[in-house]
Amino acid sequence: MAEFLQFLLSGITVGAIYALVGLGFSIIYNASHVINFAQGEFVMLGGMGTVFLMAAGLPLIVAMPLAICVVVAVGLILEKLAVEPARDATVVTLIIITIGASIFIRGAVEVTLGKDFHRLPGFSGDEPILIGGAALQRQSLWIIGALIVVVAGLKWFFDHTRLGKAVLATSHNRIAAQLVGIEVRTILLVSFGLSAGLGALAGILTAPITLTKYDIGIMLGLKGFAAAILGGLGSGFGAVAGGIVLGVIEAMAAGYVSSAYKDAVAFVIILGVLFFMPSGLFGAKGAERV
Amino acid sequence: MMRLSRRHVLAILAAGTALVFAPEAQAQKPIKIGSFLSITGPASFLGDPEAKTLRLYVDKINKEGGILGRQLELVIYDSAGDAKQATTFARRLIEEDEVDIIIGGSTTGETMAVVPIVMEEEIPFISLAGANVIVEPVKKWVFKMPHSDRMAVEKAYEDMKKRNLTNVAIIGGSGGYDQSCRKEAHAVAPKWGIKIVADETYAPTDTDMSPQLTKIKNTPGVQAIFGCGFGAPTSITARNWSQLGMTNISFYFNHGVASQQFIDGAGGGAEGIRLPVPALLVAEQLPPGDPQREVSLNYIKAYREAYNQPVSGFGGHAYDGLHIALEAIKRAGGTDKAKVRDEIEKTTRFIGTDGIYNMSPEDHMGLSLDSFKMVEVRNNTWKLIE
Repeated sequence: MAEFLQFLLSGITVGAIYALVGLGFSIIYNASHVINFAQGEFVMLGGMGTVFLMAAGLPLIVAMPLAICVVVAVGLILEKLAVEPARDATVVTLIIITIGASIFIRGAVEVTLGKDFHRLPGFSGDEPILIGGAALQRQSLWIIGALIVVVAGLKWFFDHTRLGKAVLATSHNRIAAQLVGIEVRTILLVSFGLSAGLGALAGILTAPITLTKYDIGIMLGLKGFAAAILGGLGSGFGAVAGGIVLGVIEAMAAGYVSSAYKDAVAFVIILGVLFFMPSGLFGAKGAERV
Repeated sequence: MMRLSRRHVLAILAAGTALVFAPEAQAQKPIKIGSFLSITGPASFLGDPEAKTLRLYVDKINKEGGILGRQLELVIYDSAGDAKQATTFARRLIEEDEVDIIIGGSTTGETMAVVPIVMEEEIPFISLAGANVIVEPVKKWVFKMPHSDRMAVEKAYEDMKKRNLTNVAIIGGSGGYDQSCRKEAHAVAPKWGIKIVADETYAPTDTDMSPQLTKIKNTPGVQAIFGCGFGAPTSITARNWSQLGMTNISFYFNHGVASQQFIDGAGGGAEGIRLPVPALLVAEQLPPGDPQREVSLNYIKAYREAYNQPVSGFGGHAYDGLHIALEAIKRAGGTDKAKVRDEIEKTTRFIGTDGIYNMSPEDHMGLSLDSFKMVEVRNNTWKLIE
């Protein structure tokens, strides 16, 4: 029983990380149907930025918001300089642009901040909490707490604010949105800034567990993306469910099947789900976009 | 042929120009040292300090007048951990740069890809990568500097045996380096009376190894864990091990984690972990009579002064490789490739940062088990325990 509980807690910890990263994909996807492959790099920038600001002597409480601001600025610059000039291009072109941006950001960090890996201390200590013989990392609770706040915040943003509704309207029909007076260009800018900030937050909260490094964005971005796809792209709740499911499957597969094949088990299940439910567990059905 | 002759014309022109402007500097051709290293990419933690070390010492030796009255010229290419690029660069070093010797190959993959080329072109090659396959079986033109992963495993087993820990679990990543270490850990276990009771794997990108460790914890009779790997996953494994309250099971690692980053990344979770390291990492703790003490301390000082960074064991491989090559060139009285190769093979009692090298026609590495030092992580640093 303690064994099962440990696998479950480990799975939830890892799953919450995937979910928090996966959430970042939903905002830009909702605004433009673009999958932003630089999302992982926002996550990395958040973690690395905080590490270096703290190394410069700032306390966590100052370094964290400062790092988030820096990453938001990077997100805005990325949109202004790379995405906006190509706004009339197809979605595929825009996705390719974000891949290019991710390589650029990764390279720039590698050259300026170095190739070493770093760790942030746990926000409330590194001693684990023992539950029925299983250990839970304290930082996991921060991540799960942040997940709840972010999901609720996003729901409120998309359902109850003018800006959020404008983002959704733009995603459904750009021309119609423009006709009713929505400034489409600002929408995309806002969505890049928001998801950069969200990515940075994820990077900072997860750094005590995952450690951070210039190329951590590749892995976190990929797993977060898998979580978002599994749960249904664009749905906040879906990203969370997808992340937790993915994390728990991985942990259970490692524990009960074979640690060598746990990723394979996870991917087979994702493929299976997508085969029967192409828009993910909680995604909007594709039919509405005619 | 057209391409070659044009190159020759250019070379002659260049040489002629140089002669006019600096007659004495061109009196003798420089000794050309070629290198391909993983300066960027996933293995950059190897290639970066190696490249820095080569540059540092080539500059230093040139300032001191060079070797045999000739200056050294260093050509380094960044192969970024890619075996295909490594072969391209090795060909370029041999055919276009016309180097006299190659010191390089941060990873085993790159090294093994280049081996057929250096064998065919008959040029001495000193590899800086770890696996046994590089020098087993012995290849005429290929040498290697670092301790092999088998030696790391044996050193750890030796220590386990001293402490009567015979039931061992293995945990390691699914990457090539980890797998090679795992293979050796299985292969030499019977020799040391070790029984492998569990073997767990994680992906190099995993962020939590608690499930694997929980399985080990619940394996009956397990007395020690041997970890194979490097980089962030090893720090996470160490932290999970202490978080799960498994410190009653001794944890050993191979030398891939021998960097301060490993300890820092584990956030206090690495306390009590033992591993074999090159003497370089514990140079200050070596007794004053230890032959490696002075060499290591000098290298640490020079590297710190030049780059304001702490040394890693990997840069030490490059130090040893460069100096063994230069000693051999000195003894050979020039850069005749066959003579230099013979002299490298005759290297005896060369004191390097990795240990004391005694090469022979049967042994193209030349290190013995006692060139490793056993350390334990205490108070966030390495403590020599011999």
